[in-house]
Amino acid sequence: MAKQIPLVDYLLLGEHPHLVAHECTSCGARFFDRRNACASCGLTEFAVVDLPTEGEVRAFTIVAFAAPGIPTPFVAAMVDCGGTSVRANLINVPPDPEHVSLGMQVRLATEVVGTDDEGTEAIGFGFEPKEG
Amino acid sequence: MASDDLWILGIHMTKFGKHPDKDMVDLASEAVLGALADGGVTMSDMGVIAAGSLMAASAGIGQQLQKQLGQTGVPVYNVANACATGATALRVAMMAIKSGEADFGLAFGVEKLAGAGLLTGGSRKDDSGVFTPSGRYGAVAPIDGRIGTEIMPGVFAQIGMEYGHRYGGTSFELFARISEKNHAHSTLNPLAAYSKRMTLEEIMSDFMVAYPNTRPMCSANCDGAAAAVVVSGAKLRTLSLEQQRRAVRVSASVLTTDPWEESCQILPDVNTLTRNAATLAYEQAGIGPSDLDLVELHDCFATAELVHYDNLMLCEQGGAVDFFESGAPWRDGAMPVNVSGGLESKGHPIGATGIANVWEVTTHLRGEAGPRQIEGATVGLTHVIGLGSACGVHILEKSAA
Repeated sequence: MAKQIPLVDYLLLGEHPHLVAHECTSCGARFFDRRNACASCGLTEFAVVDLPTEGEVRAFTIVAFAAPGIPTPFVAAMVDCGGTSVRANLINVPPDPEHVSLGMQVRLATEVVGTDDEGTEAIGFGFEPKEG
Repeated sequence: MASDDLWILGIHMTKFGKHPDKDMVDLASEAVLGALADGGVTMSDMGVIAAGSLMAASAGIGQQLQKQLGQTGVPVYNVANACATGATALRVAMMAIKSGEADFGLAFGVEKLAGAGLLTGGSRKDDSGVFTPSGRYGAVAPIDGRIGTEIMPGVFAQIGMEYGHRYGGTSFELFARISEKNHAHSTLNPLAAYSKRMTLEEIMSDFMVAYPNTRPMCSANCDGAAAAVVVSGAKLRTLSLEQQRRAVRVSASVLTTDPWEESCQILPDVNTLTRNAATLAYEQAGIGPSDLDLVELHDCFATAELVHYDNLMLCEQGGAVDFFESGAPWRDGAMPVNVSGGLESKGHPIGATGIANVWEVTTHLRGEAGPRQIEGATVGLTHVIGLGSACGVHILEKSAA
């Protein structure tokens, strides 16, 4: 099996792939990026927390434009995972408004998004419909 | 007029659209000379200049303008603040007057964007070499298009869809009908970049950029400039009665940024800062939304206009769909919104937008808007949003003189 690396450092691979967030130990605000301090309360201590792998689509759009190499159209969405908002594509679903809807229940899924010169695969994530 | 009041003395906008034969200084000069003439003043009267341009602020567009119109030695502030650039420039000039540093201030905004296409997202470097995590997400490849979208039509599509998820009642057709309204309004505006009426069917069957926003539901990139001369109440009292009669009072000027909200790192929250700005503006002006005769709000996309009906409190919270369905925001409705045609049709030369909307409202308050005049208008509100985010709101009132 090819060596794998996550597309972003907040995707943890392995037997049960899932997302993690930096949670402010003071106010509980969650962030996916490297932080200098908390944007909500300004304090500087964070703990890494696991996010649920299931959620609900709170907003989506079907995008016709992207950089070369990105298949279009694709579905971009905001998914509510147990109270934490996650930005992701919706995958394994036809990119049209008949198959994607607000309030849709979805679960995390991973996919290969590229391979580098050494054969290492970059693994990205998206959310797919829980049913159907 | 109270001494510490602020007034728009002169104001002008160029035609928005394609100006291949004019550079940014030409466009800015046309707007500034127009505003000075409209106010009956000259460059030598101006005590401060605020120059707004997203693309040219770092190139000193304010001093470039002075080189053409008058190097008077006064302070120049070159301003960039995303799509709130023009409103920010206007506010900088007014803050200088309020601080007592100047009696007259000049603010202008200019941009050349005809044919610019998408301004963010949609580009990346090649995936090559060996994957190495970099940046704040430890990404091994560009994430735009792989983890959601960064293109503006897609970001604002989700903002409208999120409103629909929260309150219900939205549909592709509803958003398209908002665009239909603004394109219909633009037919009365000779300065709009596009002034062709579009049927609902034409709008819905046009190219789908980011569902549910088709191309005519997106703001139109174009060239244009706008400029305003602002003056203190104390100084205005020394000017002619005609100048006093045509001056329009700035009864609120507010700029806010986005406070932290749970989902704001994922999808920009354009709601909270707009609501905060509107609340402050109504307080400053001592009026409520029902006192407004017209509103020019930031319809950068049809999906954005809907949420701002609510954010500016033109309707009950959650009631934006019903507000639109009632016909209120049409020019013959109870609360005309974007009678200029809005950003979707009048156009959106970014730096100019936040002064051009003040020009529109001022022109109605003066009773000089011709065929598109909102009869008897005495109070109006302007709103812009720059992603990142910044929100500018101004409330303008007809002179009692």
